[in-house]
Amino acid sequence: MSIENGIGASVRRKEDQRFITGNGHYLDDMNKVGQTYGYFLRSPHAFAKINNIDLTAAKDAPGVVDIFTGADMVADGIGGLICGWGITSKDGTAHKAPPHNSMAVDAVRHVGDQVAFVIAESLQQAKDAAELIDVDYEPLPSVTNITKALAPGAPQVHEEAPGNLCYDWELGDKAAVDAAFASAPHISKIDLVNNRLAPNAIEPRAALGDYDAGSGELTLYTTSQNPHVARLIMSAFLAIAPENKLRVVAPDVGGGFGSKIFVYAEETTTIWAARKINRPVKWTADRSEAFLTDAHGRDHATHAEMALDDDGKILAFRISTKANMGAYLSTFASAVPTYLYGTLLNGQYKIPSIYVEVQAGFTNTTPVDAYRGAGRPEATYVVERMIETAARDMKIDPVEFRLKNFIQPDEYPYETPVIMTYDCGDYPLSMNTAVELIDYKGFGARKAQSEANGKLRGIGCSAYIEACGIAPSAAVGSLGAGVGLWESAEVRFNPTGSVTVFTGSHSHGQGHETTFAQIISDKLGVPIESVEVVHGDTDKVPFGMGTYGSRSLAVGGSAIVKAVDKIVEKSKKIAAHLMEASVEDIEHEHGVFSVAGTDKKLTMGEIAFAAYVPHNYPADLEPGMAENAFYDPLNFSFPAGTHFAEVEIDPMTGVVDILDWAAVDDFGNVVNPMIVEGQVHGGVAQGIGQALLEGVLYDQENGQLLTGSYMDYSMPRADNLPNFRVSMTNTPSPSNPLGVKGCGEAGAIAAPAALMNAITNALGKDIDMPATPEKVWRAIHST
Amino acid sequence: MTTVSMTVNGKKRTADVAPNTLLVHYIRDNLRLTGTHVGCDTSQCGACTIHVNGDSVKACTMLAVQAEGANITTIEGLAQNGDLHPMQAAFKENHGLQCGFCTPGMIMSAVDLVKRNPNPSEETIRSELQGNICRCTGYHNIVKSVKAASENMGG
Repeated sequence: MSIENGIGASVRRKEDQRFITGNGHYLDDMNKVGQTYGYFLRSPHAFAKINNIDLTAAKDAPGVVDIFTGADMVADGIGGLICGWGITSKDGTAHKAPPHNSMAVDAVRHVGDQVAFVIAESLQQAKDAAELIDVDYEPLPSVTNITKALAPGAPQVHEEAPGNLCYDWELGDKAAVDAAFASAPHISKIDLVNNRLAPNAIEPRAALGDYDAGSGELTLYTTSQNPHVARLIMSAFLAIAPENKLRVVAPDVGGGFGSKIFVYAEETTTIWAARKINRPVKWTADRSEAFLTDAHGRDHATHAEMALDDDGKILAFRISTKANMGAYLSTFASAVPTYLYGTLLNGQYKIPSIYVEVQAGFTNTTPVDAYRGAGRPEATYVVERMIETAARDMKIDPVEFRLKNFIQPDEYPYETPVIMTYDCGDYPLSMNTAVELIDYKGFGARKAQSEANGKLRGIGCSAYIEACGIAPSAAVGSLGAGVGLWESAEVRFNPTGSVTVFTGSHSHGQGHETTFAQIISDKLGVPIESVEVVHGDTDKVPFGMGTYGSRSLAVGGSAIVKAVDKIVEKSKKIAAHLMEASVEDIEHEHGVFSVAGTDKKLTMGEIAFAAYVPHNYPADLEPGMAENAFYDPLNFSFPAGTHFAEVEIDPMTGVVDILDWAAVDDFGNVVNPMIVEGQVHGGVAQGIGQALLEGVLYDQENGQLLTGSYMDYSMPRADNLPNFRVSMTNTPSPSNPLGVKGCGEAGAIAAPAALMNAITNALGKDIDMPATPEKVWRAIHST
Repeated sequence: MTTVSMTVNGKKRTADVAPNTLLVHYIRDNLRLTGTHVGCDTSQCGACTIHVNGDSVKACTMLAVQAEGANITTIEGLAQNGDLHPMQAAFKENHGLQCGFCTPGMIMSAVDLVKRNPNPSEETIRSELQGNICRCTGYHNIVKSVKAASENMGG
């Protein structure tokens, strides 16, 4: 029996009604009585000592309530922002985590660094007053490029990090890799730049701090993907307030893509300031501030080498990466180029030995942290550009080369040389399905047609793998994580049979209100319109870890399933009592409890009512029908698949036209195919953005951000992108009760390599991302 | 302060505003119609798109005083008598939105697009929506939504 709107149905989203009618509640839509407005004075310099900050004139400006600096926060005992994942260098030392105050104390280290927080009766008054602050800066030479920052003689961003080195990390068997390379008949090499990106959720970050002097409670309304983690860090490390006096609420959040995971200076300053002035304080970023302060993504420079035998079998893989951390370590920054990157460098292949080393360093740039995919796009880009290069060097068709080296479906669980255990998959199936979808065999004829029209045509693929559902707490703890990565849920029946689900996951576009309701509907037979999903409020939902790493369904959804299991277990006892049968004889399917071999049955609604009106009820059972669960996954999940891109390039202009996109993904079981396909579309669009259009640029001389607005930073627009053909295969994950894997980041992980493989195939030479018309034109017209 | 009067979603509204108040801030802050969003500060993202005398306009490109006497429709005024506009319905039916932040502006632009192009091709839709940035959907389902709505609107 299947159930309407259950698991597997493309249910139209419950949350859409409010969004399409303008009735969403995003943060900047909120206001409090007596509210003031905060504005940050920011550094105009990439690197400068602060000799003095004179607030005298500004404090006298009209409407100013108060102005705070970093020194005020330090004097108040407020701690610095932290990085929650410890990385150990090759030599056994801990990563360098220099002080990171919410506002600068003695120096500014990137353009946009916070210098002072002006609070006034209106935003305009706050901005006007900020212009009257007199800061005595002593500008210093700056460095923004990671390779330059790690070279001898570079400006030192922090005293605590000599040579700007944050850590020098390694993973894998260096001796085995060196030995394999020493005797290998073929070695392929590639140098790659993974361009720095600005996440650009269309809703800018915002915060509204509210202090209740009566209860001593602080409430921070904020654009967060993980409100409990924000509360924990602000309480435990910044000492803003004890957790029981601190409430963090994330209402409707307009996109995140990782950038709203982190605990930022602006949010912490806003909530702290609300108590200082005993009035609500609201801060909303403008887009310029978003470019300057939202944690950026990527920014790697990598050299990779692959050793091969005469038949094109991979013998070993060696990778050396320099990763730009920016001016300070953001909340999870250290983990991104290490455990979220190095561990995925095995790709879908049988590679006997792998060795990766990563040097992470500080520069005078905006901090870099997780952005859609977080380490896995960087890994996939290295693996799939390397594989393509190796195939070309060996003069083997790239599809054939991949099929020859794939892990086979009967080889699971498969332990990689980079500490992952892949639990399931079928890589040849997704490759072969994608080959059919793109009509790979027909490419030659299409290329000839393009050539006849004076165009260059290319095809390329990316057989990606990623790790989602992060993750078993014990495993991540052993790798340096400062938190557990389980998830929570409570399933609460109301006496009349409707259900409220409280989840620690957070939706900022993913459609949890629908997907999670489908699980309840499917498992307990409750109509989907009678299920409410509550998230994003630390006073309402149990402590949860939030949404990132495509973990919400695999971990948060599994927590809901575990809570449902408890509901069913209790309901069976009630059903047995009411129908005068033994518990063992009660059967359950989709919310109907029946006595085996009879026509006696009760619905979930009837049982829930009995639990709240327990007149005829098991003597030893608690009344009520609400259960909670905390679920810690058994393993990561491993979504994988193949994406193909086909492009045509006009040699006169260098413009790349994406003619076709074929995505074949294995996400395991799928709860809502419509939503999953939407996630693929969005992910691929961001990956195409990286490969074709986007890139954060700094002036190499003075460290100014050159791409600080939508006039300068090229966002993908409707006419830059093709339609996407999306298909799926399914090997259910054995690592969670839903058999799901996670779909939120796959597109952004797969797409850049697929597109760059297609473009370099068309050009017959390598170029770096983004493949802008100018860069492509120069590649075509250079010898 | 300057007094401005305009009709917004069918209602006559009058208020005193600072002369430099942008129309979008008047709509959001004075009228508390918060469905019209602000996503950038360079008139690029289109999240603040509304209709001024029937044409789509980015509400950050006008001062409130420039809308004196105008007939304004915001996303809140698009549904009539509780019935969704075909464009709103099409976005829901075709999963044309994810986080929803760009959606009001996208819908308002799309309504105007179909008014001017009753049977738009995919190329026309993509070209016309250049001024509305969406970071979630990759536009695939937005294009599908607009196409479907144009068919339902009798194009």
